[in-house]
This record gives sequence, structure tokens and C-alpha cells, in this order.
Amino acid sequence: MEASSPGKDRRDEVQSTSAYDDDIVRLFLGATVLWAVVGMLAGVTIALQLAWWPANLGLPYTTFGRLRPLHTNAVIFAFGGNICFTGIYYSMQRLLKTRMWSDALSRVHFWGWQLIIVAAAVTLPLGLTQSKEYAELIWPIDLAIAVVWVVFAVNFFGTIAVRRVQHLYVAIWFYLSFVIVIPVLHIVNSLAIPATLTRSYPVYAGLTDGLVQWWYGHNAVGFFLTTPFLGLMYYFLPRIAERPVYSYRLSVVHFWALVFLYIWAGPHHLLYSALPDWAQTLGMVFSIMLLAPSWGGMLNGLLTLRGAWDRVRTDPVLKFLVVAVSFYGMSTFEGPMMSIRAVNGLAHYTNWVIGHVHSGALGWVGMISFGIIYWLIPRLWNRPLAYPSWPIGHFWLATIGIVLYTVSMWAAGLTEGLMWRAVDAGGQLRYPNFVDLVHQLNPFYWMRLVGGTMYLVGAVMLGWNFLRTVRGKATVTTGAAPAVAPAS
Amino acid sequence: MSQGGQGKETFHRLLEGKGVWFAVLTTVAISIGGLVEITPMFTAKLGPERLSGVTPYTPLEIAGRDIYIREGCYTCHSQMVRPMRAEILRYGEWTRAGEYAYDHPFLLGSRRIGPDLQRVGGKYPDAWHYEHMRDPRSTSPGSVMPTYRWLLARDYDPADVVASLRALRTVGLPYTDQDIAGAPRSMRSQAEAIVGRLATGGITTTPDREIIAVIAYLQRLGRDGRAAIPPAAPTTTAAVAP
Repeated sequence: MEASSPGKDRRDEVQSTSAYDDDIVRLFLGATVLWAVVGMLAGVTIALQLAWWPANLGLPYTTFGRLRPLHTNAVIFAFGGNICFTGIYYSMQRLLKTRMWSDALSRVHFWGWQLIIVAAAVTLPLGLTQSKEYAELIWPIDLAIAVVWVVFAVNFFGTIAVRRVQHLYVAIWFYLSFVIVIPVLHIVNSLAIPATLTRSYPVYAGLTDGLVQWWYGHNAVGFFLTTPFLGLMYYFLPRIAERPVYSYRLSVVHFWALVFLYIWAGPHHLLYSALPDWAQTLGMVFSIMLLAPSWGGMLNGLLTLRGAWDRVRTDPVLKFLVVAVSFYGMSTFEGPMMSIRAVNGLAHYTNWVIGHVHSGALGWVGMISFGIIYWLIPRLWNRPLAYPSWPIGHFWLATIGIVLYTVSMWAAGLTEGLMWRAVDAGGQLRYPNFVDLVHQLNPFYWMRLVGGTMYLVGAVMLGWNFLRTVRGKATVTTGAAPAVAPAS
Repeated sequence: MSQGGQGKETFHRLLEGKGVWFAVLTTVAISIGGLVEITPMFTAKLGPERLSGVTPYTPLEIAGRDIYIREGCYTCHSQMVRPMRAEILRYGEWTRAGEYAYDHPFLLGSRRIGPDLQRVGGKYPDAWHYEHMRDPRSTSPGSVMPTYRWLLARDYDPADVVASLRALRTVGLPYTDQDIAGAPRSMRSQAEAIVGRLATGGITTTPDREIIAVIAYLQRLGRDGRAAIPPAAPTTTAAVAP
């Protein structure tokens, strides 16, 4: 199955490199690095605001309530979106052995997406929001997202139509689910009637609106932060490790199970609410089942490294990828556990949820992105990194930062959850004053801030390394790709 | 790749050569869950239960709700009391689905950095809310909430609220033409009542300040539900989770 293993296509690729549009890949990669730093800086800012409230600055534009959506949108759609597009434009041309169908549509996609991000960064601090999590952007921006996504989809399917290999490699299946599902979620959840140019009201009421929102919200995790990244894993991990994918059959089974099951999991965000019981139970049951296909993907990734583990010791790119896939496994174990009603009763509304999200976001999405970026920069710009020893420093800063982040949020979440429900022998609340519990969390907020700052410093190191590399002189002009950091 | 599928043309192997069919089957696979879960919500039998006695927000409360959304209050405060003993002790009666009948958008929230607000209506006097927005630590020492002093200085725009009411009527709220025509007057009288109550607390302000609309909204939260939920006290705490 030659076409099943991207690693074996290398010779064809080198011969036809000039036929691929790598300018668009370079653009998306640069945008990824920029928005990573911006989005994570917003995250560190709001983390500081919880530890030390004067950091809200007393201005309407800089309060936690307005900056939190800015952080989530920036890291999900700006950082996450741009790295997905980077990887997709790079890999799909090589997998299908053809240039993207339309260079013009690729550029409309790139500039349209960046314009949407800038519009988000302006409107959210102004308090222009629809309030639905990860769908806060006002209706004119929602329309722009739909249009830009159609442009991307036309280019995507056009490229599939003009492909020079018949077979669609597993990475393409995952990209395809991303391209199809995101507009479905976005349009259904954003249906609203405008009142003014900047304000609108959703057509759904109350818990129906809540169910539609969390069907969207959980599948933003599923189809924006999971399936495209699994596609990236299936392309880049075998290529970088120079090993074939462990199991074809496992990839077939876990792909279909994942895309079918994910879409049901949304109601676990509304457990113990007044949402009808049948919907809550469906959400819980499907969330637990989701463990199987998630771990199918994790195992297929980790087992692809069999025979290449010695290289993990020395290659920082592989270190990033291994930690990423491991965190994918951990957070997709934690998620189903938190969807069990009794566990959710303790975890819901607490910092535990924040910790869970970040073990997926920092651990899985962030680390796989950094690994891919460090591997791509020397190949796309034909030169070694300006600071070849920095990626290993970035790796350790990020890894220790994630541990501090998740451990502090677990501790904070359990503290909150247990103190909220603590009842004394007389049947009265042991901590009736809510603000007393807020005070207990302060040390955890500081610890989280340290972890988050370490992660941000790593991203800044990447940004500086990237800038110095692309501004420097090209030293490698052959198609042979240089190593990121020489194996010592 | 491993042994699986090698050599012989399995069904999936053939499918991997057909982009259109692959896309169609993926679309089918991802549509089933959403259709099964969401469409029944629009039926009376399987959807959220109704609760008689719940009425739409007044124009001033809508103005306040829009400010609540603008400031992202929902990022720290939930509006959903779960049917658990400790929650009922802390906040009051657990939330029924029908209480949200007129909520476009829903504002359940996902995080309690501050306390739940579903039953905050009537819990504190108007002056408490005024002081709390001006300086949260004056009423709640140790709070991490930002100050919201601009709410005390800025005015809401009644014409803007009328535009909101029209859009809300389109999505299903039962506002009549008279309700909408009379909105500015209704806002004025509700606001003046709040200003009057604030004056007795020693606070001087005017009826068109944003803080007045926010107080109107917060004082409304959960009150319809509390009045409409039958007082079946014995089952309320016994039948719920610990």
C-alpha cells in the first residue's frame, strides 16, 4: 500500500516540489506563529486577572468578561485554525500530487481568515458579542466566516477532483470531516435575527438554544481541535519518524467511529440542568463510548513510532509529537470520565474543566503544532533554524508549564467542588459565603499563571527563532531537508 | 501499513478512491447524532417542559440583559441551580426548563468564578447591586470581580432597546405593537421606581443610566420561576442528588 504511507512518496515530492504552492503554506505558518503568541498572551493576562483583580485595569475593554472570549477565539480559530490550514495546504498537495486547485482561492482563504481574526480582536474588547461560547462573534463576522469557509471548501474539493493519485490517504479523510462539519455546526448554531448591525438574537430559546450551542461547542472541540489534528498526525508523524502507520484497519475503524460518535456528545455540558433527561443520558453514554475511537487514534500514533523510539531521545520534533499524542490520550480519557453524571456533578462549573480543556489544548493541539512548525520551517525556507538548540528548551518549558497548569487546576477544581457541597452535621452549608471559597483558590491561580507563562515564553522563543530564521540567508538550496537540531 | 486490507480490494479500499462518496458518507455519519438529539427539542412531548406563569422580560430588563451579555457576566456567573442539596441550600429552588422559555440567547454559563445568579432576583436591595458594581469589594470583601464604574456613568439608548424588542418578537417573544410602542414609557417608569429606591439608600442617580437597566434585569432573575414552581417542599431536597 504505497500510497498509505506518506514517507514513501518523498522521491516524487522532491522532483515536483516546484509544482506545489508553498507560498500559501509559508503565509499560514507565519500567521500561526503570530496568533499563537497573541492568543497565549491574552490567556496569561486573564489568568493574572483571576489571581490579582486590579489587572482588569478598570477599563471596559480590558475586563475578564471581554478578554476571555478574545483568548478562546484567538487560540482556537487564529492559532488552531492557521496551523490546520498550514498542515493541510502542505500535506494535501503532496498526498494528492497536485498543486492546490486555485491559487486565488487559497489567497482569498488566507486573507479572509486573517481579516476575520482582526475583526474578532477589535469587536470582542468593545463588548460586541453573541455570548455563545466559541461562537461569540457578531452576525456580520459570522457571515464572513461562512463565505470564507465556502471558498476553502471549494478549493479543497477542487484539489481532490484534480488529484493525480486515486487513493485518498487517511489524513485526507480527517481533513474532509473538518471541512464538512465546521460549516454545518457554524450555520445551525449561528441562526439569529439581527436587531442592529452589531446585535442579534438566536432563533432558539432557553435549553434548546443551550443544546444547539453545546452540540456546536463540543464539536468545535471534536472537529476543529481533534479531527484536523489527527489528520496532521497521520501525515506528519509517519513522515518525521520515517515509519509506516501502525495499522490501516485501526485507522478505518477509529475514523468512522470518531466522526459518528463525537456529534452526540454535546449534552454532557448540560448534565444536571433542566435539559430533558433523555438528551442528557444520550450525551453521557456517547461521551463514554468516545473513549474507544479516541484511544484508537492515540495508539495508532504511538505505535507508529515502534522502531523509532531511540530517535525520540534526540529529536525535539519527535519529542513534541510524542507528548502531544500522549496528552491526546490523557485528555480523551479524562473527558469521558467527566461526562459521567456523578463525576460531572463535582467537576462542572469548576476549574477542573479549565484544566481538562488545557490538557487537550496546550498538550495535544499546542505541542503537535509546535512539532510540525519546527519540522516545516527549515523545509519551507530551505535553511536551518537560526537557533537550532532552542526547540529543546521550548519543549521543556512547555511540558513543565502544562504540568503546573493542569495540576493547579485539578487541585483548584476539587477544592471548589468539595467546598461548595460541604454540609455540616446539622445539614447546613459549611461554607455559606461564596467569596470565602474564592479566596481559597488564589494560590492555585498563581501556580497556573506560572505554568501558563512558561508555555507563553516557549511560544515567544519559537516566534523569535522563526523571525531570525526567515530573515536570515538561505544556506540550503537542495531539496534535501535539513534536520531541525543536529542529533548530538 | 500493516497486513489489514493489503492486496485485496476491500469495500473501504474502493471507497478511498471515490472522493464524492467518501464525503457523502461522512456527511451522513455526522448528521445522525445532531438530528436525533436536536429535532425532538422542538416537539412539546420531548422538548423542554413549559412552566406557566413565566412572562417575557420588560424593555428595561432587556436593556439590562444586553449589557449583561456585553460585559460577559456569563463568563463568571452561571444561571442554573442544579437539583442538588447543597445548591438548593446555597441558591434556592433548582431551575426548571420552563424558566428559560424567553431566554434568547440562553445564559446558563459554564463556570462559577462567582456565585450562580439564577435566584439572585430579590435577594439584595437595589442599592446593594449599585454599590457592588461600583466596587465589588465594598459589598463582598475578597471578591475578584472587576469594577464596573462605567455602568454608573453611561446611558442606555431607548431606541436601541426598541430595535432589540422587534428582533426578539421575530424570534418568538410575544411582544405586542403596543408593548413596543410603549417601550420608552415603560422603561422610564420602571427606571424611576429603581431610582426612587436607590434614593432611599442615599444614592443619587438618573433613570437613564446603564446601571439602572442592569439592576432591573438582576432583580428579575428567577422570580417568575420561584413564584410559578409549586411548593412541593418535601420532595425538593429529598429526591435530589447529594
